[in-house]
Amino acid sequence: MSSAVEAHRLVKTYAVRGKKDRVKALDGLDIAVPRGIIFGLLGPNGAGKSTTVKILTSLARPDSGTASVEGIDVLRSPGQVRRMIGVVAQRSGADPTATGRENLLLQGHLYGMRGSSVRTRADELLEHFGLTEAAGRLARTYSGGMQRRLDVALGLIHRPSVLFLDEPTTGLDPESRAAMWQEIARLAGAEGLTVLLTTHYLEEADRLASQLAIVDHGRVVITGSPDELKGALHGDVVQAQLAAPIADPSVVYGALTALPQARDVYVASSTVTLRSDDGAAAVPMVLAALQRAGYPARSVTVARPSLDEVYLRTTGRQYTENAETNDNELVGASK
Amino acid sequence: MAATIADTGYLTGRKIHALVRQPWVLAFSVVQPAIWLFLFGELFRRVIDIPGFHFGGSYLDYLIPGIVAMNAMSGNMWAGMGMIEEIERGTLNRFLVSPASRLGIMNATVAEQAVGTTVQTLIILVLGLAGGARYPGGVGGCAVLVVASILVGVVFGALSNTVGMLLRSREAIIGVYTFFMLPLMFMSSAFMQTQLMPGWMQAIASRNPLNWVVQIGRSVLTASPDWSAVAVRCGGLLALAVVCVAVSVVTFRSYAKNV
Repeated sequence: MSSAVEAHRLVKTYAVRGKKDRVKALDGLDIAVPRGIIFGLLGPNGAGKSTTVKILTSLARPDSGTASVEGIDVLRSPGQVRRMIGVVAQRSGADPTATGRENLLLQGHLYGMRGSSVRTRADELLEHFGLTEAAGRLARTYSGGMQRRLDVALGLIHRPSVLFLDEPTTGLDPESRAAMWQEIARLAGAEGLTVLLTTHYLEEADRLASQLAIVDHGRVVITGSPDELKGALHGDVVQAQLAAPIADPSVVYGALTALPQARDVYVASSTVTLRSDDGAAAVPMVLAALQRAGYPARSVTVARPSLDEVYLRTTGRQYTENAETNDNELVGASK
Repeated sequence: MAATIADTGYLTGRKIHALVRQPWVLAFSVVQPAIWLFLFGELFRRVIDIPGFHFGGSYLDYLIPGIVAMNAMSGNMWAGMGMIEEIERGTLNRFLVSPASRLGIMNATVAEQAVGTTVQTLIILVLGLAGGARYPGGVGGCAVLVVASILVGVVFGALSNTVGMLLRSREAIIGVYTFFMLPLMFMSSAFMQTQLMPGWMQAIASRNPLNWVVQIGRSVLTASPDWSAVAVRCGGLLALAVVCVAVSVVTFRSYAKNV
C-alpha cells in the first residue's frame, strides 16, 4: 500500500427538494494520494471536493465506490481511520464560547489524550501557531487569521498522519493567507505529514501542491504535478516588449512565424507574444529575429503556462470562483 | 463504555463551562417566568375564591409548579437552536470526525439541559419564596419538583433537537414552540384547576406531560403528598423522556452517518 489516501470510483447522489432526479455530487471519482506530499483537489464550488473530503473523513457514505486512508477502509473501519486523520473543515468548528486552550484540551481529550501529555501538546501548538498570548481568551474574540490557525492546531493535536484541509484560506486576508501557506508547506515538508488540500484558488494549488487533481462535475478530469499539467499545454509563453511601436506588424509577424521554435505568434502595438516548447532556448532566436526585422526588444519574459490555462483546457470553461453558476462556455477553448 | 463516560464528561464540561461563563443567559431566561409568576399571581389573586377551586394556599403557591413546568418546557424547546448552530458552525462535524463516542455527544446535550433546568427551577422556587409563597413539602418536595422539571425539560429538549437535526431550520423550531407552548400550558392545571375546565380540555390535560409536572409539583409541595400518584406521573414522564431521547439519538445517528 503506497498511497496514504485512495478513493476509487466514488459515486454520491443527493436528493434535492423539488427535483425528481437525484443530484450527482460525485460521478466516479478516483484519486490516489502518495504519502508525505501536499495533494491538491482543485475545482469550482460544487465540483465535488467537499463531498470527497466528507467521504474520506467518515462523515458521509458514498452510494458506491471505495475509500481508504493508510490502507484502512474508511467505510468498514471508520473508527480506526478517525484516529489517524486530522480534519480542518471549511467552517471553523472551534467553540467560540471557550478559550483557545480549552478548545485544544477538549479536542485532545476526545482523541483519548490525558493529563500532562495533552497539556504539553496544547501549549506546543499554541506556541507554534502564535496563539500563546491569546490562549486564555475566548475564541470568539479571535481575528479570522487566528481562528483559522486555531482550527489547524485543533486538527493536529493528536499528531495525525494525514491532514485534510478543506479550503483552508477562504476568507483570509492576503497576509494571513501567505502565513497559512507557509505553515501548510512546512507541515508536509518538515513533519512528513500527508496533506490533502481542497481549494478553488488556482494560485494556492500551484504554490502548495506537488500533485493535483482537477475535479469537475464529480470527476477528476486531469491529474499530475502542476508542472506536468502546465507542460501538457505544450510550451512556455515568451513575451517581448519592443523598444519602439511597430509600424508594420506583418514584418514582425513574418519574422517570428519563420522561426521553427515559435507558435501562436501574436503581435500588438509594442508587444509580441508567442508560445514555444522550450521558452528559454527560444529567447535568443526571438531576439535575433526581432533585431533583423528592425524592432529590437527592450525586455523579454518567459512564463510557464498558468493553471488557469490548464483549467480552461481541461474543463472547457474559464476559471471563475463560481464556475458552477457561471457556466459560460468559452469559444475556441479545446480539450 | 469507559470511553463513552469519559467523553460524556468532557463534552458536558464544555457546555457547563459555557453556561457558567454566561450566567446572564440562564438568568435572563427566568425573567419571563418571573413576570408570569408575579403578574399572574397578583392579577388572578382572587381566582382561588371561585367556588369549586379548592386550594388551601395563595394563588402564588398555586402558580409555582405551573411556572416551573412552563419554564422547563419553554427553555428546553430552544435546544434545537443550539444544535443548528453547532451544525452550522462545524463544531458537531469536528466531533464526528474525531473518535469521540456518538452517545457521549448526545448525553452531553441531555446533561446540559438537566443542569440548566435545575438552576432555573431553583431560581423560580427562591423567587416564589421571596414573593411570599410557602412550600410545606420542604426540601424533599422541592427536590422531586426539580426532578420532574428535568424530565419534562429533557422531553422537549429532545423533541427540539430532533426537529433541529431533521429540518435544520430555526423557523421550524419556532413553529414547534408556538404550536405546543401555549396550548399545553393552558390545557394544564398551571393556572386553573382542571375540574373547572370544559370536559374536552380535561381529557387533554390528563394526557398532557406538562400537566403531570404541575400535578406532581402541587402534590409534593403540600405537607402530605400523594406519593403513589406522584410516582405514577414521574414514571410516565421518565418513560416519555426515554422515548424522546431515543428518537433524538436515532435521528442523530442517521445524521452522523451522512452529514
